[in-house]
Amino acid sequence: MGAGHAHPLYLDRAGRVHRLAPEVKIVAVLLFTIVVVVTPPTRFWAFAGYALLIAVLAATARVPAFWLLKRATIELPFVLLAVVLPFAGHGERVEWLGLSLSIEGLHGAWNIFAKGTLGVLASLLLAATTTMRDLILGLDRLRVPSVFTQIATFMLRYIDVLADDARRMRIARLSRGYDPRFLWQVKAFAVGVGSLFLRSYERGERVYLAMVSRGYTGRLPQPAHDRAPARQWAMSAALPLASAGIAVAAAVLT
Amino acid sequence: MDAQAMHIANGIVNGPVSAVFVVFAVAVLAICVWKARADLDDRLAPMAGLVAAFIFAVQMLNFQVLPGVSGHLLGGTLAVILVGPWVGALCVSTVLIVQCLLFADGGLTAIGLNITNMALLGTAAGYLLVAGLLRILPKTPGGLGATAFIASVVSVVVASQGFVLEYALGGTTDLSLPWISGTMAGTHVLIGIGEGLIAATTVATVARVRPDLVYALRRFRKPVVLEEVAA
Repeated sequence: MGAGHAHPLYLDRAGRVHRLAPEVKIVAVLLFTIVVVVTPPTRFWAFAGYALLIAVLAATARVPAFWLLKRATIELPFVLLAVVLPFAGHGERVEWLGLSLSIEGLHGAWNIFAKGTLGVLASLLLAATTTMRDLILGLDRLRVPSVFTQIATFMLRYIDVLADDARRMRIARLSRGYDPRFLWQVKAFAVGVGSLFLRSYERGERVYLAMVSRGYTGRLPQPAHDRAPARQWAMSAALPLASAGIAVAAAVLT
Repeated sequence: MDAQAMHIANGIVNGPVSAVFVVFAVAVLAICVWKARADLDDRLAPMAGLVAAFIFAVQMLNFQVLPGVSGHLLGGTLAVILVGPWVGALCVSTVLIVQCLLFADGGLTAIGLNITNMALLGTAAGYLLVAGLLRILPKTPGGLGATAFIASVVSVVVASQGFVLEYALGGTTDLSLPWISGTMAGTHVLIGIGEGLIAATTVATVARVRPDLVYALRRFRKPVVLEEVAA
């Protein structure tokens, strides 16, 4: 807290992608995700094409691959769920290393894994090249109702507040001789969840009042001049167009 | 495919039905946005953001309920009690949209179905129950906790039956409806109990320490009479 206004996923570089207007990047990532999601999971090489697009984009944005992959582990809890599918699925089954796996389940797992990973990588690139303020500004310029941007602004801001406060409370418990063991931590967490909520609220209220006293009216102030020029829209259209091209090619060829 | 118990993935319910529910969800959310403008004051704005952040964090906890079937908390009832039905529905929808875009949790083409089930049906059921129960139960932290628990269990089950309705209208695979309905309800009673416990402890703590923050108690608050204070 109080350390700067960039979120932890932001990577400060002077790249070409960093300088693009936020609304342009949001629309490009959104369209890319739609194309990825509507691709049938069995068109395997289309997904390789999407991964290549992401790699090219990361290189253009000068985001190191290792940095990206380390942060992509955020999706692990979601992917772990997919591991269960081949065992629990119905229908035709195949034998593999002595395990009986459902084909439908394998496709389901691949579907979640591939689409989830590509979605996370695309949004990580967006997050790495756009500050929090710019993200909200971009949503605002895309005419998202201000109630939504307001809730989203505070939500993103307070996730950090919540995590920090949870960490502080844990340290406080530890320094008072609390000895967390595997499952018993759950009890302390359950007892503390109410006070975590209140502490975070009061911290968040101070943040909000500080914003109001500096002239916040529900919309962040925006400089009047820097609307995205048509050139930027054309440049960022490359991502959704290329992915759509891959999807159409995959549909025609298979 | 029960593996994503709550978030419907792409391709489980057919296109036309999904599209109808997108239109439905957008229409209801528009009403919520309109109604929420009146509610969103200095106190509620940060609360709405915190509730959304809280629901976001809590939805990351996936319960392994049965082998191959997992689900997570919805948080609709918690939102209703703390920020009211209109802002509450918006909070849950914001979380769902962000999860869908950032984490590919729930299909993008099924977003209308997911919002209808979790953000609209779940919060509506929660709100009606909370409003009804608070007339009977004591307006104390304990009574509010009990309300939160009961309303959570029922609203989660109602949300799961929303999926059964959508599946009956446009399911793409052939499964018997009573079976789906039974499985969904059974699973979600368990999820609801987990959700109810978290919602009840949170709401009871907030009601004990800062009762002014609880939206559901606003109607029952006595207006402060200035003469009495002066005397």
